[in-house]
Amino acid sequence: MSLESSQERWPAAAGAPPEVALFIPCFVDQVTPEIGRDLVTVLERLGCRLRFPPDQTCCGQPAFNAGYRQEARALMRRFLDTFGNSEAIVCPSGSCTAMVRGFYPELAQSDPALAAAARRVGERVYEFSEFLVRRLGITELGAAFPHRVAVHDGCHMLRELHLKDEPRQLLRRVRGLELVEIDDAERCCGFGGSFSVNYGMISEAMAARKADALEAAEVDYVTACDPSCLLQIAGVLARRPGRVRTLHLASLLARGLASA
Amino acid sequence: MNAARQFRHAARAAAQDAEIAGILRFNIATYDAAVALGRGRFLDWREARRRAEAIKRDAIAQLDRYLEEFERRIIARGAAVHWAPDAAAAREIILEIARRHNVRRVVKSKSMVSEEIHLREALEQAGMATLETDLGEYIVQLRNEPPYHIVTPAMHLRREHIAGLFHQKLGTPADETSPEALVRAARREMRQRFVAADLGITGANFLIADHGLVAITENEGNARLCASLPPVQVVLTGIEKLLPRLADLALFWPLLATAGTGQPITCYNSLLGGPRRGGEPDGPRELHIVLLDNGRSRVLADAAQRELLHCIRCGACLNACPVFQTIGGHAYATTYPGPIGAALTPLLRGPAYDHLAYATSLCGACAEACPVGIEIHHQLLRDRAQAAAARRRPWSERLEIRALAWAAAKPRRFERAGRLARRLLRLRPQAIDGTRLDPLRPWTRYRQAPEPPPQSFRAWWRQRNSPPAPNSMAAEPPS
Ligand code: SF4
Repeated sequence: MSLESSQERWPAAAGAPPEVALFIPCFVDQVTPEIGRDLVTVLERLGCRLRFPPDQTCCGQPAFNAGYRQEARALMRRFLDTFGNSEAIVCPSGSCTAMVRGFYPELAQSDPALAAAARRVGERVYEFSEFLVRRLGITELGAAFPHRVAVHDGCHMLRELHLKDEPRQLLRRVRGLELVEIDDAERCCGFGGSFSVNYGMISEAMAARKADALEAAEVDYVTACDPSCLLQIAGVLARRPGRVRTLHLASLLARGLASA
Repeated sequence: MNAARQFRHAARAAAQDAEIAGILRFNIATYDAAVALGRGRFLDWREARRRAEAIKRDAIAQLDRYLEEFERRIIARGAAVHWAPDAAAAREIILEIARRHNVRRVVKSKSMVSEEIHLREALEQAGMATLETDLGEYIVQLRNEPPYHIVTPAMHLRREHIAGLFHQKLGTPADETSPEALVRAARREMRQRFVAADLGITGANFLIADHGLVAITENEGNARLCASLPPVQVVLTGIEKLLPRLADLALFWPLLATAGTGQPITCYNSLLGGPRRGGEPDGPRELHIVLLDNGRSRVLADAAQRELLHCIRCGACLNACPVFQTIGGHAYATTYPGPIGAALTPLLRGPAYDHLAYATSLCGACAEACPVGIEIHHQLLRDRAQAAAARRRPWSERLEIRALAWAAAKPRRFERAGRLARRLLRLRPQAIDGTRLDPLRPWTRYRQAPEPPPQSFRAWWRQRNSPPAPNSMAAEPPS
């Protein structure tokens, strides 16, 4: 099936392609901007009109996770102001999506107006694969990627957003791609934000187990919807002799579109 | 050495111990397979969890009422109920009972609360020989260790370890490793001690309010012996073990068994209603119930963290936890290890244990495993919030977070700070990667760092979406 035919299915699925506000997490902006660019490639190919609200910085997750709720709350206010009137907000990170949808309401709970704003924005923020599959109703992009690919289920994707099948639905429609289910796909990669540096020895052991599973499955790539998990997995893989590479789902699809 | 540093050392040692990793992996895989089967026996495991959660929520929300009801009813059948505000008080109550009866020999069944108050040590110091009669507890007692896990105390051992231990301590043949023979040897030891004991101590899995009963669940029959042979029995338990109704056991017995070991139901389930009454052939002449607070009412007072008291100590979250699987039970140096221990210990025992709430990736596998639906990973976040709000975190961390919050407060500032950081990082010579000279060492000691990109996403976006102008702020020059 080609891209055109999936576009034809849009009106039935979700109306005209919406205007999308890009929510680019701070470390994607600064450390892995290629993931943001690939996100743009894919969404534009699907006909979305994109906007990057320039006032965005950081959603506050690092502060929130370390326990600094006051600091996190200030960043939440900025985020809610920046994205308050966007009708669809798309983020290439399950973790940051979960911060906004799952944790903002708790962070805002002492202030009813703020909590209402948080809930409103939370309803409009989508993780990338969720946006494609659930909001647009698209699984077929017409991409080709002839490799063995495993999925790593990020913890926030899986347990906060309950998105497990969405990335797989997209991958199953990529021509030539062999989707490989690995042992321990749902096992944490050991990143955990500051945990990865505060308790590096535990974090590394967790990542090693993920790397073992990937190498045992002899995949070419591991994909995920969280740049931070991929950073961790790539960091450990790079120091091992194996040849498994990491690729964000948006990047995989963007490459698959380019070569289709 | 403080608890946080001790933890770090122990965690590092355990994380590098390939033997223990293999043992844990094997034991947990066996457990996982059994639990998967066990859950399948429920018509609807999720629904069972939901109901269990609702029951515990009610039990804990009205704990005062239910405790009084329990107390009233079990006293009416002749038991004595003692309220212990803390560990020292609980020890003193039990020692006092023991002294009154001239107790010399004590048999104990498994009770994590007794570990919490260091009861065995206290009894032994008072000159009373005290025997753990749960096989796993017996093994760790022989090894002079605390239990490794709240349900399977000897989870860190292979059969050969136990054979060696029994050879050394009980004189079994050196080459005897069959489980049957080892169990027989332990049983021989224990039988005499059961018969000779003047005090039996058990824990409780549940306290039943509407009938005033103590429910004990076990697989070896040893708790039943502790509760029927000695003339005096003490039940030591935490105040959170309440269930409102006897009928609730119809859910909680199979739920606990399934989550704990994968069994449909644990082998022995006993309900104790009071001391021996006229005409009854066995049971203690005196039954004492010691209800321990030890910080629990503080947790109860906090509506946001109260659900930690819903815990039924099944151990499922420990087995599910990738941190526990990496560092094992002893590294925590707490009574309750693993996720529930990490969440609860800072609240029960104070700021010295704050670090445990940070020693987790917050993956949530614990919450997924928990049969009563405690959102343990969210509770860990709330522990962290308490620690940070009370300024109990290292100044360096506070500084980092403040710096991030300051930079991210203004987009321009954020962009400039990011650009500067990336430029500096690009100067980092490859030769120092991962060494002590490396500013990224906390990361690069364990894994490779990504190459800092020349251009941020926002700079790329601006460049791409604005017409090129000679003097524009738009483009970020590649650095
Ligand atoms: S927190 Fe839940 S999973 Fe962990 S021991 Fe308690 S009841 Fe079991």
